[in-house]
Amino acid sequence: MMEKQLHLSDKKISIRDLGDREYFYGHKACPGCGGSLALRLALKVLGERSYAVVPAGCMSAVGFIFPQMAFSCNAIISTFPGTASMLSGVAAGARALGIKDFHAVGFAGDGGTADIGLQALSGAIDRHDKIMYICYDNEAYMNTGVQKSSLTPIGARTTTSPAGKRLKGAVTHKKPMFEIVAAHGIDYAATASVGYPLDYLRKLEYASRVDGTSYIHVFAPCPVGWGHDTSDTISVAKNAVDCGLWFLAEFSDGKFTLNHKPGKFTSAENYLLGQSRFRHLGEEDVKDILAERDSRWSRILSEWSL
Amino acid sequence: MNYPVRQKSFKPPKVLADYPVGTAFPAGHLVETNASWRSHRPVIDAAKCTNCRICWLLCPDGVIHNSTPQGLEIDYDYCKGCGICAKECRQKAIRMENEGV
Amino acid sequence: MIPAQKAFLSGNEAVAAGVRLARPHVIAAYPITPQTTVIERLAEMVEDDSLKAEYLHVESEHSALSACIGASAVGARTFTATSSQGLLYMAECLHYASGGRFPVVMMNANRSLALPWNIYGDQRDSLSLLDCGWIQVYAEDAQESLDLIIHGYAIAEDPHVLTPFMINLDGFLITHTYELLNLPTQEDVDVFLPPFRTVNKMDLDHPMSLAFTAGPAYNQSFKQLQHQAMMSASKVIFETEERFGQLFGRHYPGLIETIHCDDAEFILVTLGSVAGTVRPVVEKLRSLGERVGLVRIRYMRPFPDTEISTALAGAKSVGVLEKDISFGYEGTVFTNVNSALMRAKVLPPRLLNFVGGLGGKDISATDIERLFLRLKSPDDGETVAFI
Repeated sequence: MMEKQLHLSDKKISIRDLGDREYFYGHKACPGCGGSLALRLALKVLGERSYAVVPAGCMSAVGFIFPQMAFSCNAIISTFPGTASMLSGVAAGARALGIKDFHAVGFAGDGGTADIGLQALSGAIDRHDKIMYICYDNEAYMNTGVQKSSLTPIGARTTTSPAGKRLKGAVTHKKPMFEIVAAHGIDYAATASVGYPLDYLRKLEYASRVDGTSYIHVFAPCPVGWGHDTSDTISVAKNAVDCGLWFLAEFSDGKFTLNHKPGKFTSAENYLLGQSRFRHLGEEDVKDILAERDSRWSRILSEWSL
Repeated sequence: MNYPVRQKSFKPPKVLADYPVGTAFPAGHLVETNASWRSHRPVIDAAKCTNCRICWLLCPDGVIHNSTPQGLEIDYDYCKGCGICAKECRQKAIRMENEGV
Repeated sequence: MIPAQKAFLSGNEAVAAGVRLARPHVIAAYPITPQTTVIERLAEMVEDDSLKAEYLHVESEHSALSACIGASAVGARTFTATSSQGLLYMAECLHYASGGRFPVVMMNANRSLALPWNIYGDQRDSLSLLDCGWIQVYAEDAQESLDLIIHGYAIAEDPHVLTPFMINLDGFLITHTYELLNLPTQEDVDVFLPPFRTVNKMDLDHPMSLAFTAGPAYNQSFKQLQHQAMMSASKVIFETEERFGQLFGRHYPGLIETIHCDDAEFILVTLGSVAGTVRPVVEKLRSLGERVGLVRIRYMRPFPDTEISTALAGAKSVGVLEKDISFGYEGTVFTNVNSALMRAKVLPPRLLNFVGGLGGKDISATDIERLFLRLKSPDDGETVAFI
């Protein structure tokens, strides 16, 4: 039953390093769901000695419908705000019982992380609890039918940030979750994208060895909420990075590192207008989004190492 | 087995005594398939496949398996037909065939 | 039996002493007046290594109970404590713990609810959460508080029960009142309370899915099982107290305690520390030839309906005194007592609800005497009276 163990350098991982065993299988996620891929890959890296904590949201709704159980490792649904606090309890309980070599790993969406779950996440990071927290960011409350969260990007149309005559979708920028967790002095944090799976896998493997709290924020498109073809999930996730609207970075030992510097950004217009949630945006709106992107990148490039 | 299969012999609980204690149930317990979700099915052209396994890596449902010596095999019980595998295959070795539904 | 030590402890300190004796694996702590000294004493015990537990400084009451549920879900014994607003902030997790059948033991320092703000005792916090599926017990003093912590784990973790356990202490009146009490020895408690064993957990050797979704076809069955488990707790409570009495020499009377009820015409029903005020008044009035009695409700859930209707069967007039009001109707304890009497078709000629002590308003022995007088006086048509 033993999974092939990963022994990797910090910089490289290949598909061949991953075991064949599936830990998230037969779930009811929508076709092409980026979040379910993020979860599946994480559990392939972490293996059978994992306790997965999944709050109310898409991944719990699709994974534990009695008597259909899609997780093959131990898993539990937490309350919506309680991903990190339950993870802390699981880790503390297992430690107190003398259980060794386990991973307590949470999978929460953007709303479950940046909105309702932020308090508990902040507490866990502050305690340096040895837990892994993975935020699969599909940029809105998808399980309830695409409502705006604080990680919905500006201009995105959701059912609670409609695009009409007066407003053009969401009017606020994404909350900078990566920087927020880093500001806590977290032991390890990273951003990732399912469009760059090897980078994501490497970060998962690294995080699994961190003696403290680790946080991975993985960009995970939702074909239903974003309005793209189910087959485009990976390419959309890759394009977001390539056009500079998402970034791949790490934070450890108090330092930010940019992992992937796009030589020249690909067209953000193509990225945005390829998704129905942005299709209402006019030229000026896109220009504003690009201006914000460019100012973020000038800060990243001046402050973070490469 | 590297992945769970449908428990065909499972009988749903009828009386209270059949129910589990608390809300705890064996992991990886599948009683139904997702096959009916699919409008198109991916089909691997073994002649073109180089077994690079990018499709296996990127499948959100994990239904592409390395289970035969000949190469990859798709578990059509749980494939939802999203088409990521066909789209991401660098060899164009996977085509999406209409299920005719 | 090794002779017990004597100790001079407040209710909160007695709870902390009881928790240490119960050897929990995980304690999740978030401060709120008047619970705070419980978690302070526990922190000191962990610091001096007399209590070997993971002590989590959580960031809210919601997280406190969420962490306890997580720890319980791997098979750990857990403790947390709260009060008032904190209990309400936990409300989601209260239902979660009981629905998932996680036998967390928690102390609640009964305190009023804002608004207006107030830190003093009444029981509206826990009584407003009577339906959350927890066993609810109300202590009368520090000794009982300590003993109830130890009972609590034995009852909550019983495989037939597997239901979380809430021990309520009146804020300040019990939590901060010192008394000389018997401290059981660790050896005796270890005999009484075996380590927690459950199948309702995540297990690395046999992976499980916990806290799952159950749709309309199955959901109600899980709720029925939860109700069955709570109902079966009554028997386990009796057995636990019996076993405790044999080992420790302190005997508890089950779901309710009755004082002079056999031939009483006028009976006050109450719960918590105010019973300590009623007791001497009953004795005094008895010495004057008055046929008065007291029913002290210990457990509100499971509710002692048979015990209450039996105790009240011969009474002419019954008053339910509680620190609670369900606005727009009556006190919750009164509603429950009334329902028990209706079920048993025991209908005392007069049934009055006395609502008092809200926000810490004092209830004196004189007040109690007045209540008995009122029970004796002719019916004035009033059902709910603020005292």
